[in-house]
Amino acid sequence: QHRHLLELLKRTTVHGESNSALIIGPRGSGKTALLNHVLKELTEMKRVRENLLEEDCQFFLKNNFLSGLLQTNDKVALKEIIRQLHLENVVGDKVFGSFAENLAFLLEALRKGDRTSSCPVLFILDEFDLFVHHKNQTLLYNLFDISQSAQTPVTVIGLTCRQDILELLEKRVKSRFSHRQIYLMNSFDFKQYIKIFKEQLSLPAEFPDESFAQKWNNNVQHLSEDKTVQDVLQNLFHFTKDLRSLHLLLMLAVSNVTVHHPLITASDLHEASKQYRMDSKANIVHGLSVLEICLIIAMKHLNDVYEGEPFNFQMVYNEFQKFVQRKAHCMYNFEKPVVMKAFEHLVQLELVKPIERPSVRAQREYLLMKLLLDNNQIMDALQAYPNCPTDVKQWAASSLSWL
Amino acid sequence: MNTWQQSKITYSWFGKPMSSDRKLRTFQYRGILIKSERSRTETCIQLGEFILVEGENADQPFVAQLLDLYEDGAQQKHAVVQWFSHITEIPQNKRKLLKREVSPQEVFFDQVPGYDTDIAVETIIKSVMVIPLHLGEELPIPLNKEQTFYVKQSWDGKCFKDLSPDTFCKLKEANKKGGGIPNSSNSFIPSDIISPLKKETERIVRSATKPKNVELEIESKHSASKSSLAKERHSQRVANGIKTPTARKKLQLNSPTRSPKGRMRGCEVLELLDDDCDAVAPLEPSATKRKVKFTGILGSPPKIPCANDKSKSMFDTAEHWQRFSDTIRLSPYNKVKDSSEKAKNLSVKDDTISLIGHQELCSWSPVLTPRSRRICAQKTSARITEQISILNTLELSQEEDFLSSSDSSYSSSSEEEEDDVLCTPEKKTKSSRIFSTPKSSRKSSFHTPVKTLKKTPLPGTPKTPRNATPEIPRRNHEAQKPASILEEARLRLHVSAIPESLPCREEEFQDIYNFVESKLIDGTGGCMYISGVPGTGKTATVHEVISCLQQAAENDDLPSFQFIEINGMKLTDPHQALVQILELLTGQKVTATHAAALLAKLFNTPGPKRKTTVLVVDELDLLWTRKQNVMYNLFDWPTQKHSKLIILAIANTMDLPERIMMNRVASRLGLTRMSFQPYTYKQLQQIISSRLNSMKAFEEDAIQLVSRKVAALSGDARRCLDICRRATEICEFSSQKRTPEIVRMAHVTEAIDEMFSSPYINAIRNASLHEQIFLKAVLAEFRRAGVEEATVQQVYHQHIVLCRIEGMQSPTISEIMAICSRLGACRLLLVESSNKYLHMRVRLNISQDDVMYALRDE
Repeated sequence: QHRHLLELLKRTTVHGESNSALIIGPRGSGKTALLNHVLKELTEMKRVRENLLEEDCQFFLKNNFLSGLLQTNDKVALKEIIRQLHLENVVGDKVFGSFAENLAFLLEALRKGDRTSSCPVLFILDEFDLFVHHKNQTLLYNLFDISQSAQTPVTVIGLTCRQDILELLEKRVKSRFSHRQIYLMNSFDFKQYIKIFKEQLSLPAEFPDESFAQKWNNNVQHLSEDKTVQDVLQNLFHFTKDLRSLHLLLMLAVSNVTVHHPLITASDLHEASKQYRMDSKANIVHGLSVLEICLIIAMKHLNDVYEGEPFNFQMVYNEFQKFVQRKAHCMYNFEKPVVMKAFEHLVQLELVKPIERPSVRAQREYLLMKLLLDNNQIMDALQAYPNCPTDVKQWAASSLSWL
Repeated sequence: MNTWQQSKITYSWFGKPMSSDRKLRTFQYRGILIKSERSRTETCIQLGEFILVEGENADQPFVAQLLDLYEDGAQQKHAVVQWFSHITEIPQNKRKLLKREVSPQEVFFDQVPGYDTDIAVETIIKSVMVIPLHLGEELPIPLNKEQTFYVKQSWDGKCFKDLSPDTFCKLKEANKKGGGIPNSSNSFIPSDIISPLKKETERIVRSATKPKNVELEIESKHSASKSSLAKERHSQRVANGIKTPTARKKLQLNSPTRSPKGRMRGCEVLELLDDDCDAVAPLEPSATKRKVKFTGILGSPPKIPCANDKSKSMFDTAEHWQRFSDTIRLSPYNKVKDSSEKAKNLSVKDDTISLIGHQELCSWSPVLTPRSRRICAQKTSARITEQISILNTLELSQEEDFLSSSDSSYSSSSEEEEDDVLCTPEKKTKSSRIFSTPKSSRKSSFHTPVKTLKKTPLPGTPKTPRNATPEIPRRNHEAQKPASILEEARLRLHVSAIPESLPCREEEFQDIYNFVESKLIDGTGGCMYISGVPGTGKTATVHEVISCLQQAAENDDLPSFQFIEINGMKLTDPHQALVQILELLTGQKVTATHAAALLAKLFNTPGPKRKTTVLVVDELDLLWTRKQNVMYNLFDWPTQKHSKLIILAIANTMDLPERIMMNRVASRLGLTRMSFQPYTYKQLQQIISSRLNSMKAFEEDAIQLVSRKVAALSGDARRCLDICRRATEICEFSSQKRTPEIVRMAHVTEAIDEMFSSPYINAIRNASLHEQIFLKAVLAEFRRAGVEEATVQQVYHQHIVLCRIEGMQSPTISEIMAICSRLGACRLLLVESSNKYLHMRVRLNISQDDVMYALRDE
């Protein structure tokens, strides 16, 4: 893959050949890293050649980096291209003129060049799939059209994580695309994963404090053989092969390192992984008041009874009332407005979600809602909830216990 | 300006009909009376006089001699004319035949057969002088260049000839007659211009004292530079920014003659204006007409102060400019006076200024090093932009009432440029390169003068995008020549490589060629609709036809024509199509609605000197609008009698006219259709081999495999070539160590696999364990529910069950959500927007069997 891309870019720069390619791979599979690496390599090669020729010329590969997230429509993207190309209607960092003018201008500029004399231009479209959604795909059409005609040599490289990207292209755009796809996959196994883990954590050789570096690296070596660490990593590996998540985990662990605690331990890693895998919604439940917990339990029962049908506040309140009447001795009977308030708090926390937008006509008590928590989550959260009244726990365990 | 004039001018016959033709019911007249309502004057133009005729371009009127005037049965006033051509009307490649440089005031006796000599009277603007000269003669120093043209040679479409003595005499005669006899009681000066006022003032000036004469000279020079600039611009436009040598030559040709004068002029004006301000005063009555000119002059004095400013930094410039802008808001008369007063002020205020300024100006040109000159000029240009914006706003506000907005902006833009020519002749002498230096859009010079001041790297003429020359920087190294046979092959296989001929499209080529050729010969208009799936060579064939026709036109087998191409995909908006057409036709840049009006006028009225236009509309379907007015207009024009427009419309779908067009549009498109069939494998094979051109780079079988594969899929030639190219790469790759070999079946198969393989299965196999389990859970849930859709909550339960079976730690909801979104990003799953959390619905984007297959192999 690496070689393929390198070849491709080299030909554009050296022979002035126009090309287009797509790099497809899931998130965190190193698409951008690959591209950057290749570009760096290319620059070095160019430098070498330039040194040989003894020319003090600037690096002649124009590099356009466009991101689909930043360039939300063709208009903005076009301006960005012109800006990056330092074309002549750029005043400072601003591009003037209307969209149509700019487009005509860019096309004119690119048309003028020919294969042998103009300097090659490399367009990198990050988040390529977002460019596809632009109106008429004008920008893509034009870029690909240039790459397919005897104009300024350009290479268009798209980066995307969507596997079905080609189906999104319009037929005439598709026809102009050269169908070069470079797929990147995280195809390593767990051993390699451990190796990557070691490499990431080890200190480089040029670290100033050599003795510490050695100690640290030894520790890392030990860690990588440790059983619990391997378990943690295995879990993460099963969960995702994305290297970014590994980085995140290590970051959490390494941030525990202090002067008094200079080396990471297995427990650090374990802690980090726990933190990493935390369930966010369940955590919110821990911070709720008893009344709110009761409401959630009431909702859970409603869910059980009606098999996931939506409910409204009145139903929840009735359910709650039944519980309170049974066990009135341990629960203070809240007024309805107070319960309502608690309920609204839950809505705000997005533990409960209205099915439709609240309209003016419908009374708030009768808005249909859905619970965004699973039974398991609720039970887990209750286990961890401090000072939970036993009645409530019992009620949670079985909706029929109070009968 | 012309439209404005036209609206105010009435045309009537002069005298009684001379003769009448009963049969044709025509009446012939001796002359025509042009009455301008605004200036309340009448001008009479008689037969034999020279006139300016409205052209396609507002600033480029045609020159002609009036031969006959008549009224036809329908009371339409007609005129028969003998044309004269501007140098700009002569094709670029023919200009070389002239072997000399042509002054902008020179015209050529036109003998090109194709032009229509019968024009409508309403297109006549005014009369001018055309003086015949012998070839060797120098142009005399003109009094007023704008109204005088010279003719030395004739032009018949192929070569230049000397004027025959006969025509020479005739022209001379006509000139004398026109100039000599007072033919109208209303107008003072017979032959000349439409506004006697102008003439009058000129006479006053001429008869006045010497300094006034100088002033006049300035004026005339000024107008000369104006018109020459207009020419320049026009030629640039003709060259369409390609900067052909001719255009550049012209530039240099103009500049040396002008620049010395320009240099002198600056100080002259300064001196002249301060001791001559009362001499200017009598000119006051000439009111608005002259105002334009004065603002022009006005433009020049401030230049000197600012140049001095720069070199000496003596003045508080801000204050100075403030004052200037204040004065400029006054009436035209005051304006002139004020500026001259100010010029006086300047010399009084600083005694040395005229002296040093003079020195400065002298040293400005040759002595200074280019570097400092440039800095100097840079400053000036910044000032100029500032001034221009002031001037322009003033212009606009004053002229608003009688000029349409677009017209006024046009005139102001020309004003802008004209000012600049006055101020920066030196810059132009330096090199033609500067002329093509960065131009910000005009807007920027209007609104952000300060920014321009800071940021424009080089001094330039007004920053109009029109003049910008888009260019990608040159590369520093030459592109490497292909080294091996494979590289050579790859080069030839690139889609952009232009083959010598288009194989397998001979029939279509012939059809289109015949169609266009016949229309060209008939001088009529017509439409043709060409359809075909992408990559079947529609555009290439049409281009080939056009280039063939152009070749033929060059060899005079066919009447010459104008070729325009627009591409629906390269437009931002369907209405931009009209703008682009107009720009390519005439070089004007206007708004969409205005362009539509202008084009309609252009095509619907019998215009003089109209060449046939061949318009290629690529990706027609994108010109669709709700009201379809763009398409309607496009296809309506060819049916007009006078349009001489041939349209070749290209699109992908065969039934586009029936599908998206309204009936009236479709009916105008006509029935001339052609569809390009997808290539068959044999044709593809032929294309590849013709491209390879007997190079031994591919195995025969390999080519056949590719072409069969592609023909079965789409018949897209581009795809075919891409596969071949990829195959050469693979081949090169695999045989790096060994001797270079030719592309074999294996390589081609690999390339095809690479391009057509589905990535999904591979993606699933490389997914992490939990992702795979999640997919399994989805499948299980589908099977359980019997519906191909499930919520995350349901899938979650399945997932946990599966995890228990596998004996693994079950993930939390958050993790499940992360997995789900990751799969969604890869589009293995189709996922709803994530704000529904657990109730988010999930669907598979691939078939269940594929997932099973991918997961089973583990």
